[in-house]
Amino acid sequence: MDAFTTHTGVGVPLRRSNVDTDQIIPAVYLKRVTRTGFEDGLFAAWRNDENFILNQGPFQAGSVLVAGPDFGTGSSREHAVWALMDYGFRVVISSRFADIFRGNSGKQGLVAAEVEQSDVELLWKLLENEPGTEVSVDLEAKTVRAKDFTAAFRIDDYTRWRLLEGLDDIALTLRHADRIDEFEARRQPWLPTTDPLPTS
Amino acid sequence: MGRTLAEKVWEAHVVRHGDGAEPDLLYIDLHLLHEVTSPQAFDGLRLAGRGLRRVDLTIATEDHNVPTVDIDQPIADLVSRTQVDTLRANCKEFGVRLHPMGDAEQGIVHVVGPQLGLTQPGMTVVCGDSHTSTHGAFGALAFGIGTSEVEHVMATQTLPLRPFKTMAVTVDGELREGVTAKDVILAVIAQIGTGGGQGYVLEYRGAAIEALSMEARMTVCNMSIEAGARAGMIAPDDVTFEYLKGRPHASVGAEWDAAVEYWKTLRTDDDAVFDAEVRIDASALTPFVTWGTNPGQGLPLSASVPDPEAIGDDNERVAAEKALTYMGLAPGTPLRDISVDTVFLGSCTNGRIEDLRAAAAVLRGHRVADGVRMLVVPGSMRVRAQAESEGLHEIFLAAGAEWRQAGCSMCLGMNPDQLKPGERSASTSNRNFEGRQGKGGRTHLVSPLVAAATAVRGTLSSPDDLA
Repeated sequence: MDAFTTHTGVGVPLRRSNVDTDQIIPAVYLKRVTRTGFEDGLFAAWRNDENFILNQGPFQAGSVLVAGPDFGTGSSREHAVWALMDYGFRVVISSRFADIFRGNSGKQGLVAAEVEQSDVELLWKLLENEPGTEVSVDLEAKTVRAKDFTAAFRIDDYTRWRLLEGLDDIALTLRHADRIDEFEARRQPWLPTTDPLPTS
Repeated sequence: MGRTLAEKVWEAHVVRHGDGAEPDLLYIDLHLLHEVTSPQAFDGLRLAGRGLRRVDLTIATEDHNVPTVDIDQPIADLVSRTQVDTLRANCKEFGVRLHPMGDAEQGIVHVVGPQLGLTQPGMTVVCGDSHTSTHGAFGALAFGIGTSEVEHVMATQTLPLRPFKTMAVTVDGELREGVTAKDVILAVIAQIGTGGGQGYVLEYRGAAIEALSMEARMTVCNMSIEAGARAGMIAPDDVTFEYLKGRPHASVGAEWDAAVEYWKTLRTDDDAVFDAEVRIDASALTPFVTWGTNPGQGLPLSASVPDPEAIGDDNERVAAEKALTYMGLAPGTPLRDISVDTVFLGSCTNGRIEDLRAAAAVLRGHRVADGVRMLVVPGSMRVRAQAESEGLHEIFLAAGAEWRQAGCSMCLGMNPDQLKPGERSASTSNRNFEGRQGKGGRTHLVSPLVAAATAVRGTLSSPDDLA
């Protein structure tokens, strides 16, 4: 995972709440077995509409998405994060994120920046009034800036640290392999295993 | 201070408490795999030269992509076939037990785990699928994870996690005849909203929950994610133990006795405090259906399509306007007047044997209405075999419904079972998102009883309407 400190890019106002992961990437695009190339599935249904925001001039080059509350609800598909990142997004700003989406973002280096809904509304107006306006996101300082707009955003400290350092979760956990061994030695004997049964 | 059920299960699985900002490291007792969210995780292992730490706590099945007819033929969709073939190759390479298409134990991952007795009280269960919350019906802490986390569990059998908050969802009273677990959970979601459960584990409790069968409890816990919650749980009791006893992977003899003794401690203490509490009166509930494009947009079947103008909250009003446009519905239309093209009975929400029995009881002696197609898709091959041994398939076929093989089917548009643009369904599945059942498809979420009655009348209906 690449480290993330700051990012500046075109902001995209997505005036929708409850943007579920079936909208971010419909299931039909989940069939690939690779980890790249999901950009064509991003908002696939909405992109058929020429009025959709990502079909409008300067927004096509967007890399900071600004969306309404409950972004990323629905399925656990990490493909939603891959699709956003493959398209070029590095940051999603929303007033509330679904838990699994937020977790998946942190694993991949996509910053899920939580701000007040009033800040989302201000950003929407600003980005709509002046399409192509750049938004700067500073993970160190936890701030979002655009023109004369500044707001603090929330992100949990551990995710922020991992993103800043670009650290891989599995390697971090494997430092505690001895503790996992100890735990396994204490597990109850009646807990099931998936070993095939003699009769089956 | 006492602890909640969720807190007890959490504490019992902490490998290492995080210090400061660092999360806890939690041990995972059971990891379920399917073809959609695993290929990139296996790939990650290969790239890093890692294996699975515990193949004996891991099991895979094919469900999302599989067709539900002609399963002896190769999968026609090449990309779907590649995904299934990739799972088979990966399971072989890494030594994971797999139940492939056609196998007697194949089915939807959340139907397969419980029926094998692999899901037990007090366990931690994960899967790269948000409906993993289903397994919480046993008093397990079960939740969906993303592909990076799938890889993490494969490599370490643990997950770094921060404790969830706890919410009590108390359903008092007694459900009326014809009101089901599906109606309960749809009403819960409509009450707390699709974001209301975010950050929480929901614990369903109260007389109405205790009176539910194991399968009905799974229906309730299954849709916890639709309220935004990571997991749902129900304290294990005699109903749970009875269901588990004698299952293929349940323990026996002294080990079973020891397990039951422990399971009986898995209850929220009387003096425990939840972070939030919600109460619902079961006796006031009636059959519930959704009218919009998120599972919180639901109403009693006796109601009418709401008028967005009457909604105060800006975001909710806009969401309702967009939903009605997509659904092709006019405000004020009685929900009972909405006609459907398709009825789907199945999915990890309502694809178990009791669901099939309930729908068959309504359909017996009736015909599916002209112009309506009804798909009956058992959640697993074992459910299918059980239904056939009871003759349920004959009732479905006599009514003019299609009797299919096991899989996720029309719950999501990844396999051949899909709605066409503009088609409308009454569906026992869990999500009414735009395009969920096929591009342009319109979904009304319903219980198996409402699904069956709707199939007969061709408009959203309850069994009472058939009298």
